[in-house]
Amino acid sequence: MSTATSVARGSRAILSGVLRSNSGRIGFVLLCLAVVIALFGGFVAPYDPYATLGVPGAPPGNGHALGLDFIGRDVLSRVLFGGRSTLLLAGLATVVTYTLGGAIGLIAGFSRSKLDSLLMRSVDVLLSVPALLVILLLITAFGSTPVVLVCAAALVLLPGVARIVRSATLEVSTRGYVEAATARGEPTRSLLLREILPNISGIVTADLGLRFSWAIILIASVNFLGIGIQPPTADWGVMVSENRVVIASNAMAVVGPSVVLAVLVIAVNLVGDAYVRQLDRSGGSQ
Amino acid sequence: MSTSAGSVLDLDGVQVRVRNGPVVIDEVTLDLRRGEIVCLVGESGSGKTTTALAAFGYCAPMLTISAGRISVDGEVLDDAVDFAAIRGSLISYVPQNPSTALNPSMRVADAIADTMRAESIEGGNRHTRAIEMLGRVGLPATEDFGQRYPHQLSGGQQQRVCIAAALASRPKVVVLDEPTTGLDVVTQGRILDELLRLRDAEHVAMLYVTHDLAVAAQIADRVVVMYGGFVVEEGPTEEVLRRPRHPYTRGLMSATPDHVVSRVLEVMPGIPVDIAARPPGCLFAPRCDQKVASCDVDFPLLEWVATQHQVRCPEWSRTELVDWAGSAAKAAELASDLSRPVVLEVRGLSAEHRTRRGDVVAASGISFALRQGECVALVGESGSGKTTIARVVAGLHPTWDGHLLLGGEPLAAKARRRTREQRRRVQMVFQSPSDALNPRHTVAQALIRPAMTLRAMSRAAAELQVESLLDAVGLPQRYAARYPRELSGGQRQRVAIARALAADPEVIICDEVTSALDVSVQARILELLRDLRQERQVSLLFITHDLGVVAAIADEVLVLEKGLICESGKTADLLAAPEHDYTKKLLSAAPSLSEAIGVWDASGG
Repeated sequence: MSTATSVARGSRAILSGVLRSNSGRIGFVLLCLAVVIALFGGFVAPYDPYATLGVPGAPPGNGHALGLDFIGRDVLSRVLFGGRSTLLLAGLATVVTYTLGGAIGLIAGFSRSKLDSLLMRSVDVLLSVPALLVILLLITAFGSTPVVLVCAAALVLLPGVARIVRSATLEVSTRGYVEAATARGEPTRSLLLREILPNISGIVTADLGLRFSWAIILIASVNFLGIGIQPPTADWGVMVSENRVVIASNAMAVVGPSVVLAVLVIAVNLVGDAYVRQLDRSGGSQ
Repeated sequence: MSTSAGSVLDLDGVQVRVRNGPVVIDEVTLDLRRGEIVCLVGESGSGKTTTALAAFGYCAPMLTISAGRISVDGEVLDDAVDFAAIRGSLISYVPQNPSTALNPSMRVADAIADTMRAESIEGGNRHTRAIEMLGRVGLPATEDFGQRYPHQLSGGQQQRVCIAAALASRPKVVVLDEPTTGLDVVTQGRILDELLRLRDAEHVAMLYVTHDLAVAAQIADRVVVMYGGFVVEEGPTEEVLRRPRHPYTRGLMSATPDHVVSRVLEVMPGIPVDIAARPPGCLFAPRCDQKVASCDVDFPLLEWVATQHQVRCPEWSRTELVDWAGSAAKAAELASDLSRPVVLEVRGLSAEHRTRRGDVVAASGISFALRQGECVALVGESGSGKTTIARVVAGLHPTWDGHLLLGGEPLAAKARRRTREQRRRVQMVFQSPSDALNPRHTVAQALIRPAMTLRAMSRAAAELQVESLLDAVGLPQRYAARYPRELSGGQRQRVAIARALAADPEVIICDEVTSALDVSVQARILELLRDLRQERQVSLLFITHDLGVVAAIADEVLVLEKGLICESGKTADLLAAPEHDYTKKLLSAAPSLSEAIGVWDASGG
């Protein structure tokens, strides 16, 4: 109960802290815009994103605000539809990363035993393999389904999260209130969830924006390379890739999805930075 | 007007304020003569550090020096360029924490030589001078020592290097901000002696900031007492401390623990004034026991009460002298009683602790018994193993040898292996008030948890006793809903004590619980602990480095040196007639207010 209330209190504090600075406000507005477009854009799309409507690569005009793509589909409609997959996959990957990486970091930081070295060295092994190689291997082995994509991205992002959570846990677990709880004989679960986790959430949240934007870039890159989401699905990364052939006749077919992708990533970073700044001001993890 | 011959630093009506906010210090007038040490004394928030920094035209980024005149060596300085020119050459600064003051990637000789760059000395000569400076502050004046990095030195050596760097360019004034606060008493004693020697040898004037009146008594020629950003009393050290005229100075003195005259500390009521909400009249009036009606209305002026002694209190003639003998008699009442049952027994305890730097602190052969309602103090310098022993007893240090008996029953090493009843009976209060409480839990939540986990109370029953717990530690009921960040250090430490009480313990381990607190707050916490002993028959295992605090609270003392008990006995006996060399060394190094005053009484009549 107390954890839930403090989390609610925490998220309100985060928002008001973020909105205190100009860049935070701009980032927040852009983020809302990009997320709304990605999630609900499909409902206001003027055309069916899969219907061929005219000359491939036709420039903007004739009721097509962003022109037509390389096989004559409406670019605007595809942009409005195409964010959902990236955003959802990146979001899911971030959640999986934090669940796994957070758990590994917490346990490693708290145990101060051989378990710590064991967990962290395994994580280091992951860190030593190039990210795209990991993803390529997994996709080659298990096929390019959304589940594999999410797991692959999570695996790539996990080491960083585990390290941050571990070092924050190490620091917090020497505090008096954790010692007091240990001396009371509180079970490990209670020590981790009641005493430690709420007090590292600030640092962890500060890192969240950065990880999320990496996840977006990662998913979009994989899609761009043609090994992630497959055509004809409307997806920003896929669109940038497939419309390169018509960039001379209708540049908007590439620029459109690139811009929304960039806006999304920049907005996430602006919000993340604004949060970190307000965290620094308020002095640490509170 | 106040500029007399030989004055090297002169502050006249200096005011520092928060930009677009309240004043932090105001009407600060003081002067330093050649070869004189002036102590700025006060508790946290009194403005002493702000004053010290203003002496060389510096203040924290959100502050601004908004009025007054500052002159160094006869020259009035009024803009940033002026100040930049004199810093390091005419006036220099020794900050509080030497471990962060020195550049860790610079060898100490280079660090000292660096401060001489403003002077036109050639590089080679600067280096020679730097090595020479090491010798002057009592360090080895060798090339080898000069080549060391700060992390290879002890805290005391680092502080000496800082002092050498400050003196290197032969300044007229050195500003020292609590230079010995983080150091052990023995090291502190050596640094203080060194400063006195340097004052006499080099005729440097020093502005010395400290919260410790006993240190001021030992080192200062004059003291300036500050409260709420104003000077409240100023005069020659001997005069001010023998006959304090401001009730705040007197209150600070009565609250300062003293190992020479064991006594019950007097407690100043109220809380320090908030600079954002100063009362209209005298700032100290809300806490003053001799105030009259006009004190709440008229802001008092500094008055001369003797030729060199000024006080900001119109009722100064009614301030009583500090009653050393009477309070000493009160302390004697709390003698322990051998007929009481032993609660906690430690026999032949050995434990090792590896610090982050890799040093090993080993306690061995530790034996003592703690009786019901008694207070046993473990005293020693850092690295003496006293905290390790406390953690073993609390079940936080899993590896040790020996016997640990609670009510005759052996205790397991890990807290989790002990029975719930055993965990309930031993509670610990931690050193740092800033991290003693979970920042995400309200005071009530912090107090409910131990009652639920250790006494199997229902949440409702545990909530019911929050009120009485807050009462027991003297906190208002409304604090139950507050978060730790809304409390002061002293209040947090009270909550930490209440949290220990929530388990209804028999033994409370207090690990340096007052070392981060101001003396007036410390006096209150010590009073609270004494009351708890009497009312609840709680036994205390009290860990401290401060012999004065020991004298104020403990029945028995164990003096630890490098993990071994070198001497133990009844507090009064041990402090009066120490036998072991180490105890003698500790006692002679620890500054004592009563001793200083006694010496003056004997010599001056």
